[in-house]
Amino acid sequence: MAKKYSRSIATLALALTAAAAAVLTSGAAMAIEWNLQPAGSKLAEDIHGLHEYVMILCTAIFVGVFGFMFYSVYAHRKSKGHKAAQFHENTTIEILWTVIPAVILVVIAWPTTKTVIAQKDTSNPDLTIKVTGYQWKWGYDYVKGEGEGISFISTMSTPREQIEGKAPKGEHYLLEVDNELVVPIGKKVRILTTAADVIHSWWVPAFGAKQDAVPGFIRDLWFKAEKTGTFRSQCVELCGKEHGFMPIVVKVVPQEEYTKWVGERMKLIAAAADDPTKQYTLDELKKRGEQVYAKNCVVCHQATGKGTPPVFPPLDGSKVVLGPKEAQIASVLNGVVKDGKPTAMVAFGPQLNDTELAAVVTFTRNNWGNKTGDAIQPAEVKALRKK
Amino acid sequence: MSAVVDNHGHAGERGKDGHAHGHGDHHGGYGGVMRWITTTNHKDIGTLYLWFSFINFMVGGVMAMAIRLELFSPGIQFFNPDLFNQFTTMHGLIMVFGAIMPAFVGFANWQIPMMIGAPDMAFARLNNWSFWILPFAASLLVISFFTPGGAPGVGWTLYAPLTVQMGVGMDLTIFAVHLLGMSSILGSINIITTILNMRAPGMTLMRMPLFVWTWLITAYLLVAAMPVLAGAVTMSLTDRHFGTSFFNAAGGGDPVLYQHIFWFFGHPEVYIIALPAFGVVSQVIPAFSRKPLFGYASMVYATSAIAILSFIVWAHHMYTVGMPVTGQLFFMYATTLIAVPTGVKVFNWVATMWKGSLSFETPMLFAIGFLFLFTLGGFTGLVLSLVPIDIQLHDTYYVVAHFHYVMVAGALFSAFAGVYFWLPKWTGRMYDETLGKWHFWLTMIFFNMIFFVQHFLGLAGMPRRIPDYPLMFETWNKISSIGAFGFGLTQLLFLYIILKAIKSGEKAPEKPWEGADSLEWTHLPTPVPYHSFETPPNLK
Repeated sequence: MAKKYSRSIATLALALTAAAAAVLTSGAAMAIEWNLQPAGSKLAEDIHGLHEYVMILCTAIFVGVFGFMFYSVYAHRKSKGHKAAQFHENTTIEILWTVIPAVILVVIAWPTTKTVIAQKDTSNPDLTIKVTGYQWKWGYDYVKGEGEGISFISTMSTPREQIEGKAPKGEHYLLEVDNELVVPIGKKVRILTTAADVIHSWWVPAFGAKQDAVPGFIRDLWFKAEKTGTFRSQCVELCGKEHGFMPIVVKVVPQEEYTKWVGERMKLIAAAADDPTKQYTLDELKKRGEQVYAKNCVVCHQATGKGTPPVFPPLDGSKVVLGPKEAQIASVLNGVVKDGKPTAMVAFGPQLNDTELAAVVTFTRNNWGNKTGDAIQPAEVKALRKK
Repeated sequence: MSAVVDNHGHAGERGKDGHAHGHGDHHGGYGGVMRWITTTNHKDIGTLYLWFSFINFMVGGVMAMAIRLELFSPGIQFFNPDLFNQFTTMHGLIMVFGAIMPAFVGFANWQIPMMIGAPDMAFARLNNWSFWILPFAASLLVISFFTPGGAPGVGWTLYAPLTVQMGVGMDLTIFAVHLLGMSSILGSINIITTILNMRAPGMTLMRMPLFVWTWLITAYLLVAAMPVLAGAVTMSLTDRHFGTSFFNAAGGGDPVLYQHIFWFFGHPEVYIIALPAFGVVSQVIPAFSRKPLFGYASMVYATSAIAILSFIVWAHHMYTVGMPVTGQLFFMYATTLIAVPTGVKVFNWVATMWKGSLSFETPMLFAIGFLFLFTLGGFTGLVLSLVPIDIQLHDTYYVVAHFHYVMVAGALFSAFAGVYFWLPKWTGRMYDETLGKWHFWLTMIFFNMIFFVQHFLGLAGMPRRIPDYPLMFETWNKISSIGAFGFGLTQLLFLYIILKAIKSGEKAPEKPWEGADSLEWTHLPTPVPYHSFETPPNLK
């Protein structure tokens, strides 16, 4: 009976194991990651060293303990006729195996404590950058040091088609953004983290730098990059639907290049500053609005404007969108609060300027089945912003 | 387990099917479903708990399969990210509260009265109620999938303020957690009272089997920790609906407060799950080593030490929320300390096997599997307790691998060991040893295929709870998924083995395991009668 089953079970097990082996050999062609990412800072290097040190200790103890056990499994088996000794309890050995692990812990704790203290020391930075987590993108504000005043939003740039399997996936699939965080090499960068909606977590493995971004609070961390290059990572605290799609990309550049980048950014800011008093035509607004929509609204409300109810309501045919324009502008500006609690519709006032807001509201009022014909001017948004 | 159905029949049908049971009329006059609904018998209730646990294990398992299916390849293939988050949340809640905890309460119900020479649990009716709360709670969890907005997609830790954005499924989940907590507290009060007041004459505390000891300590942990969880989710509920701002900075609250409260429950919870598992293994290893447990007293002290330490280490789950360096150091030192009593336990089990007369029936295989893999999970726990390394690995797959080594290879392996160990005693029938061994080896291989590789994923930087991943993580994810499918199928084999044993298993000998020496083996016939120890054995 059992034998018959054994054969079919064995076949199944072998098939699955063979499948795994096949994956492994085909995977051998691409790089297989075994260990921590290469360190890009002294701190990360210390963490790697610590990890290796602890792993060696643990492995040695593991092999020792289970060496005993497997020797026993091999030598002290009933089928070999081994008679059980009946000993139990031995104060000396029990004290030893309590004290020795305690001593090993102290040996581990000593170097670890030094790293903990170093990791927490965010004093005297050369550059301070505020990072704000939004559902689902990162905002970067250079608040002190060279580049002060630079401010941008960093959104994933991997196209939806790649995620949905309608296009081949690129090299940096899910790890690419429209605006990278740029920092100079060899400078102590202090990152202040906060969030606008829920908890996010900002992490760059190569720098050994991870800090939760808690809404309403400011936390900090620091890193000093010692290699130029692009370092990639992702949000690491579950923050809702698109948690897997808000990458962090840091570009470390030499000082001269950084200075040049700051200069370009500053010029760009001056040039791109929309004149909020300008009058736009409906078509201009719609065109601009479509871009704003694609960057900020599409993941929830969808390209079709149908949303994914009930959490993300449709805009196509929506009462709010087709209703008075002041009410719609206010809800985009300030977010929607329902029964006294904030909803997934966060305030876009802090993220978008008056022209962008006017454009996106115009777009939603004149797209899909919505045909109000309203062309909202930046001045109208500006007026409501003050209230 | 449910061979009780066969052996004891239904009071009403007893005459009809011709089985003469001397104790048949003790079922309280009910037959069929009503017997199970109204039962106050610790063995019946133990059986209910164990089947309930198995059903949840299957439901939670299906969700795990769904998760691994989506993660088989990069890209979004089967489930949208929202549903994926709902699966990870419910997989966690159902496995922790629906599968693992009830399994060990099932063992407690069956075993504690028999191991201390008591006729039943102290509060028999309360015992019935403790169980029957559970199906309602589990139903709420499952129903939440079908509410507008679906089940909460916030992770089993239910972190605020993400919980505020969820639909009505979140409220159902909160009520389910309340009910689960109530059931656990009632069950624990019952267990504590039974152990402290109903031991047979001569069964002093320090003579109790270690399984009873671990449950006594676990029950205290439950009574202390579950109300804290109830408080945390209630505060989330009032934040959602009644305008409070416990976890909202705009109203003077703090999202991190939720995490402190949750983990003040959450870390003891880890030991609520682990300690009874230690208890089962501490019965199985001596039995198949034919040698007494090496250090009984030190095992009791180590268990107590772990329980006390478990209340002062909670913030090691929160190193990255931004706490002062003194806070990080305190929680790191306290956490590493747990390695000492845990080490004492592992050394004791190995020393128990040393120079024994070992045989490797299925319960022993699972116990050794537990010992080997749980220790591995313990070591990754030590790695994670160190602040700088944890900051690198927090919220990555390394953590996922670590806690599955503790929860699956720890608790689940131990539960399997317990079922194979006591099934002959409970039902009077043997399971198929060959199939049992197959179950062990396949479980062992597939478990490691799923979770060992996840250590690499975590080290390389793959965050947990993501429905899609960068291309460099593909190989290990594929292997992990294949392992998961194998693991899931293997558990159907387990169901088959149990059903086969109950239905047509060979008759169990009077004492199936020669090394087993607690009261149920030495003082009761096989299978155990429906009512045992109506007069306490004298052990003086």
